Amino acid sequence: MLEIRGLSKSFGGVKATDNVSLDFVDGSLTAVIGPNGAGKSTFFNLITGALKPDAGQILLNGVDMAGKMPPEIVRHGIGRAFQVASIFPSLTVEETMLATVCADQRRAGVMHRRFPLAETRDRAEHAMELLGLANKRNRTAATLSHGDQKLLDIALALVLDPKVLLLDEPTAGMGTEERWRMIDKVRELWERQKITVVFIEHDMDIVFKIAPEIVVLCYGRILATGTPDAIRRNEAVIEAYLGSEHHAGAVA
Amino acid sequence: MTELQAGQEARPLEVPRIDARPQRYRDVLIALAAFAALALLPMIFGSKSLLDFVIRCSAYGLFATSLNLLVGYTGLISFGHGMFFGLGAYGFGLMMQKTGVPIPVAFVATLVITMVVAGVIGAICVRLKEIYFAFVTLAFQMLIHSTILSWQSLTGGDQGLRGGIPRPPFLGIDLSNHLHLYIMSCALLVIGLLLMRQIAQSPFGYTLRMIRDNATRASFIGIDVWRAKLTIFVLAALFASAGGMIMALFVSGAYPEFAYWTISGEGIFINMLGGVTTFLGPMVGTVLLLILNDTVTRLTEYHGIVLGIVILFFAIGLRKGLMDFVVEWIAQRREKAGG
Repeated sequence: MLEIRGLSKSFGGVKATDNVSLDFVDGSLTAVIGPNGAGKSTFFNLITGALKPDAGQILLNGVDMAGKMPPEIVRHGIGRAFQVASIFPSLTVEETMLATVCADQRRAGVMHRRFPLAETRDRAEHAMELLGLANKRNRTAATLSHGDQKLLDIALALVLDPKVLLLDEPTAGMGTEERWRMIDKVRELWERQKITVVFIEHDMDIVFKIAPEIVVLCYGRILATGTPDAIRRNEAVIEAYLGSEHHAGAVA
Repeated sequence: MTELQAGQEARPLEVPRIDARPQRYRDVLIALAAFAALALLPMIFGSKSLLDFVIRCSAYGLFATSLNLLVGYTGLISFGHGMFFGLGAYGFGLMMQKTGVPIPVAFVATLVITMVVAGVIGAICVRLKEIYFAFVTLAFQMLIHSTILSWQSLTGGDQGLRGGIPRPPFLGIDLSNHLHLYIMSCALLVIGLLLMRQIAQSPFGYTLRMIRDNATRASFIGIDVWRAKLTIFVLAALFASAGGMIMALFVSGAYPEFAYWTISGEGIFINMLGGVTTFLGPMVGTVLLLILNDTVTRLTEYHGIVLGIVILFFAIGLRKGLMDFVVEWIAQRREKAGG
């Protein structure tokens, strides 16, 4: 269970995250939406330790992550993928996976043995299979297509066996068809891995179709939380964000 | 997991996988062959200057290859790596002159001193981002150089360590004998390269590559970037220090130029010449630079201009080092042959 309690972060006078409290139940799939500048990415950066919160708690199964450094938070089980695929361009897909498992097994500093370590194979293989990257194992990450790079980014987070997986716009920069393929993949991973997944998404069709839970952020604050139906009917959300096209009447 | 494993067994391996085991034996074999070839050299060619050349290559080769661990593998562009070359030469020379301990003891003690100094300097520097890292390492280089110049009573100031470095025989090895010194230099070079190769191909070596490619991402998969950078900074310093010790033994002294920033500059030149994407690039670069140095200085007093043009040719013309170029060329030919 991931519990956010009174999380706040200001840049200068701007409150990017303003007293946010949220619960993410184990095994839930939640979409975070909100207009540009709503503080969605900041929210992720706070949870993963890229930014230090000014106030508040981030409790993962009761342990507070607030103020910890990214490597430590990752070890506690919060993995993330980035809006712009954050990968290791010169490494091959397989090397990336093997080296990442190495790091997770606390063997990143091993010098007396040769890479790759036999005990990292199974997990690396498993992650490549899950993301459909096994047949591209010998491609260097830089030569992968945009979509595959995003998948590799997710694989990097997933291979660490996180309890919570944060995906910052997994479909960013993709065409419509590719978007749906990606989001099906995300949903499939969520179902198979039984982990908590939180993702940021701009495409409302996608959000309403696949996310059982939705959080709407606006000016750093929570505007609404709930099921797709509840969000669709929420007056404040319609006014601030959705506009008429996703109005309950129009959609239904 | 079980279904997956079953699937793996059934599926033919259409894509070759990385295998670690044979690599290590191959590297050891290559190292042994290289050492044997170098050891046989004096029997074929009696020329003393050739052996001198190889000794200098050993000193600079260890230095340049260790610099590549920082530049090529970790993405840490150090402009002050030469300080550890100088530190090795002075540390070893002084210890031999002042204490009279056996050579292996002085060798190890100098490595320990280097480790401590590199640990302190590294702890300060590796936190800094690219350009700041480069310039702060350079600043430390100048600090050490100035210390050597001004601490005359210990270091002899700008005159360097004079009077020769005593080289008492140990274990039947007499380093005042030119041939013994030659074999010892080759052995140190080969062992040093083999150790560095092991580091580069170990899981730690891949951790370094990840940090070079994307340090932020590395920290988000749980890698302690600062610790990894500091570790390689210190390790690289040790090999540079060993190179400096070979140099001190070779010239039987130590001079402030060994710790001057131009040594760091030459290290960068060598890496640009040879290329940083292959392990042996810097070694090839070392041989190239020393040959260039020796021939050009014989032909003209404007050797700086000639060297500069050569560097420009590699940097702007090829946009890569010689070994990078060769490796790419071979890969392209293979592709053509295959396709």
